[in-house]
Amino acid sequence: DSENGVPASFKVPAGVVHKIFSYKSSVIFCCSQERKIRREMADEVPSLAESKLTALVVDDNFVNQTMHHKLLDRLGIQNDVVCNGQEAVDVHCSGRNYDLILMDMEMPILNGIQATKRLREMGIESKIAGVTTRANEGDKKEFMEAGLNDFQEKPLTISKLLSILHRLDFYVQT
Amino acid sequence: MELVQMQKSLQDYTKSLFLDGVLDSQFLQLQQLQDESNPDFVSQVVTLFFQDSDRILNDLSLSLDQQVVDFKKVDPHVHQLKGSSSSIGAQRVKNACVVFRSFCEQQNVEGCHRCLQQVKQEYYLVKNRLETLFKLEQQIVASGGMIPAMELGF
Repeated sequence: DSENGVPASFKVPAGVVHKIFSYKSSVIFCCSQERKIRREMADEVPSLAESKLTALVVDDNFVNQTMHHKLLDRLGIQNDVVCNGQEAVDVHCSGRNYDLILMDMEMPILNGIQATKRLREMGIESKIAGVTTRANEGDKKEFMEAGLNDFQEKPLTISKLLSILHRLDFYVQT
Repeated sequence: MELVQMQKSLQDYTKSLFLDGVLDSQFLQLQQLQDESNPDFVSQVVTLFFQDSDRILNDLSLSLDQQVVDFKKVDPHVHQLKGSSSSIGAQRVKNACVVFRSFCEQQNVEGCHRCLQQVKQEYYLVKNRLETLFKLEQQIVASGGMIPAMELGF
């Protein structure tokens, strides 16, 4: 399988975390051609650079906070942790921004659905992945409609997190 | 006891926790996150789980002992406990919480009281077993040995 003449399967060089911006259509990089392609694209997409992904964990449960923080850490993703939807909104009001937000659904003060709606109203375009143990279709639909980019059932594992990242077009060292 | 014997005992003991359904594969996820930069990760998270759960179970007991039970208070506690037990792989605690939540939805006080007892039982069981597991690990490390990797062939 290949796309644009480049093999569809690839490995990110060890120790490098990429954020790949879409350019015209999705471009998948082959390891050995990567530097050449990135040099070419850098002229047209100057912001394309090796950069560390950032994430925000939004969860009211201490055990989940610790797990999700560590999972992200393990994949080289710098991350902050907040305890509920209101804190997630507040941290954005203070000027912080993240590539990815892992948003729990059931939280006190401001739940995940309300927080997601609020963030989108504020113009926050970060990718938001809803994570919850409550996974009946109605709840999932309501959560997605609030403005999620992806949804995953808890408990999170390394492979579930990787599939979120893959679906949201983030590429990380594994 | 010889080191090899201790390591075998640990493996057998760990295996029994999975076979009895006390732990599920999520616990293996936890173990996978432990590395040289964080060698006590599993015990740190499990300790956090114990502290969190002790507090929640206490709050639940208080809430259910009220003359008029406020299920709006009870349900979030059970949800919390279900979430954290699920995150560390404490399968039987999680399953007991699932049943508990359905009685909360029905606002069945008697049912909730029974469920609380069940949850407590499962919680003390997993707590006891994990504390034993950590003791076995400590004995191995104290004897200069390595903790054997968990084999998944069961």
